[in-house]
This record gives sequence, C-alpha cells and structure tokens, in this order.
Amino acid sequence: MTGTFQLDGANIPFEPGQTVMQAALAAGRYIPHLCYHPEFKPHGSCKVCTVKVNGRTMASCTMPAEAGLKVESNIEELNGLRRTLVQMLFVEGNHFCPSCEASGNCQLQATAYALQVMTPHYNQFFPDRPLDASHPDILLDYNRCILCELCVRASSEVDGKNVFGLSGRGITKHLIVNAESGLLKDTGMALTDKAMQVCPVGVILKKGQGFSVPIGERRYDQRPVSAQALDDAPRPADASGSCAACEGSS
Amino acid sequence: MSKKLRIATTSLAGCFGCHMSLLDIDERLFPLLDLVEFDRSPLTDIKHCGPCDIGIIEGGICNAENVHVLHEFRKNCKILIAIGACAVTGGLPAQRNHLDLGSCLTEVYLTEPGLAHGHIPNDPELPLPLDKVHPLHEVVKIDYFIPGCPPSGDAIWKFLTDLIAGKTPELGHGLIKYD
Repeated sequence: MTGTFQLDGANIPFEPGQTVMQAALAAGRYIPHLCYHPEFKPHGSCKVCTVKVNGRTMASCTMPAEAGLKVESNIEELNGLRRTLVQMLFVEGNHFCPSCEASGNCQLQATAYALQVMTPHYNQFFPDRPLDASHPDILLDYNRCILCELCVRASSEVDGKNVFGLSGRGITKHLIVNAESGLLKDTGMALTDKAMQVCPVGVILKKGQGFSVPIGERRYDQRPVSAQALDDAPRPADASGSCAACEGSS
Repeated sequence: MSKKLRIATTSLAGCFGCHMSLLDIDERLFPLLDLVEFDRSPLTDIKHCGPCDIGIIEGGICNAENVHVLHEFRKNCKILIAIGACAVTGGLPAQRNHLDLGSCLTEVYLTEPGLAHGHIPNDPELPLPLDKVHPLHEVVKIDYFIPGCPPSGDAIWKFLTDLIAGKTPELGHGLIKYD
C-alpha cells in the first residue's frame, strides 16, 4: 500500500514493503539507529530507533509503514531513552575512544555525539576481553562489540562464510568466531569480505592502518551521523518508484 | 560590574593535557579574567580550595589523595565540572582496571628485566593507589561533564561562556569529542 504517514508532524511518503525507518531515511528524515543497516534485513535489537507509533513505542526499523500512522521520533522523551541505551552500551564494554582506530568513523560515538551524551552516567563494567590478533591481516578487539550482529549477518548472508556468531544469554552474551580454536586465523575470513566493512564500532580492524586517516578528517568528523545516514540510505531512483540501490542489495 | 566568579581547578589522575587545552583559549583568557578569578589551581599555586562558584577537575581517581582532593572540591564548589576523558570515564589510567593491582606493581617494579634490587615504592608520603581507577561521578556528584582527550580550547571556551552567561552549556557537532 502506497501512501503517507506523519513523522513529527511532517508527511512522509512510502512504498509498499518499506518500514518506517526506510521511508523516513528516503524522505531525508534521520532516526537514530545502530543495528539497522540499509543493505541488511532489519534486526530490531538495539532499540535506539524506537519511536512512538500512535502512542505506542515500536522499533522503527522493523515497523512496516502504513498510511495514516502518527509517528513521533525527535522528542525529548525518546531522545532521553536513546541516550540511556547508548550510555549502557558504553559502560558494558571498554570504549576508550582516545586509543581506538575507529574513533571518528564510529557510529556508536557519532550517535552519542548527536544525542549530546556528555557522560557514561552509569558505573563502568571494565570487562576483561582479550584481543584476537591471530589473523595476519585482521585484528578483532572484542572490547568494543555492541552485539548488533552486522558482522554475523554479513558473513553468513553475503560472504557465505558464517565466520561470526553470538553466544551466551543476557549480560554474558558475546561475539564468537566459528572455529574450533575460537581464533580468526582458523576461519576463511579475508579483507575483501563484506563482514570487514559493516562493523559500526571498532571491533573488526584492518591491520597496519593505524592513523592512515588523521583524527579530525574522518567520516563523522566531517559531518554528523544524521547527515551521513541520509547519504547512505537508498533513495527512489526514478518516478516509477524503483530503487536501484535497494534492488542491488537485496 | 557584578562580583567575579571564583574558579578552582586541579588535575588528579590526569596528564595536565586538559589544563594545557584551557590555556589554548589563548587571548580569550583576557575576557575570561574579566569575568572570573582563580582560587586553587596550577595557575595560582594555591594549595587548598576555598569557597568557589565553579570547580573544574581533570583526571580520574586512582589513589587516596585524589579522593581527598575531590571531596575538598565538592565541599567548596557550587558547581563541579569533570573535564576530559579521564575525569569523565577513568580514561587511560583506568585501562589497568581489568588487571590485578598487585600483579601490575610486581611486574613494573620487581619482575621486569633490568629491575635488579627493585622494590615496590612504599614511602609513607606516597598516596596509596586504589585497586581500581574511577571516573569522578562514581565518587561524588558531578554537575557537568566536558568529554574529550583533551576537549579543544574552543569547546572549553564555549562551555564556560555558556555557563557563566547562565545558559545550559551545549557543545554542537565538532566541539563534542571523545578522542
């Protein structure tokens, strides 16, 4: 069904099958998100994209767009909850931005900037998570994982390698490598894999690249995440409504 | 002209990089000094903090003396600001938090090659290290946070001038930084 819904008072057109998130991004409206990626099926796990749909809280990345919906997103109540979610992600891991190669390219960091997160607020866990430097070309730093499963999805759905998985439940949930040794060197992971490109934080890093792009000249140093996310979103390519970027990735 | 605001600053488990960044506001120090005067601070060398309007603390809490200084600031300052990654998150010193303190001291002072006849420093004047490094807000109430390693002079200027003008301080894109 084609039609429009309301997002923060503005009319947003949508195509059949689009979610609230997809339609909003295509219309140039940013909704904060972490586990959503325009090239992958919605996951709905981080809850940062939570909006109010006709008064009920829903994940906008999984909520199908429907004509006449009244969606609220950029309101202090929801931004406060998003800030809390991001702060909890920061304290659960070891996100020491000053020493992280992903700093400035990190979606978690950029989203926290956009939400004006000035402090982690909660007591930090300081978990002990050893690195995996076994692979000749790739470093895994588990300290920064936010469990978005984008690498899991990319490795199984695009690369066909199934290198990554999540193990454990609740607070013990963690990223694992599917090898008997548990080490990345014993998998088929390669630099050309899609799984290399999708980590929103600094877990999966190419070795030998430290500071090849200086701090201050990185992705989110140039423009805030709200502007970058709109560039990354597939847009309708022509009047017929077909979208080259969407079809190319499905 | 109304009375000048009194500001105290100190560095706890920090590197003085945030104080260097405060000096990076450069010639804007002159208009700042029209509005404020400094109490305890590395800039004045006053050793203890008297009643102040604003306290600015760089660095986290890694030893017993840090705790005493932090309480002195909290007791005397109406508004307490944590400045920089270490004060806000524990920062670099907190990277030891997943290690056992005893093993750290043993490795650094006793078992590292080249440390023959070494011993773990035990002079009574040295403050005792804490088993974990803490950001300030885990010990006392902190009113405002300025993240960054260090925050830029521009960020500090924007934050302080907003605060002194009675506005809620806000750092926009490019000024709010964690690195």
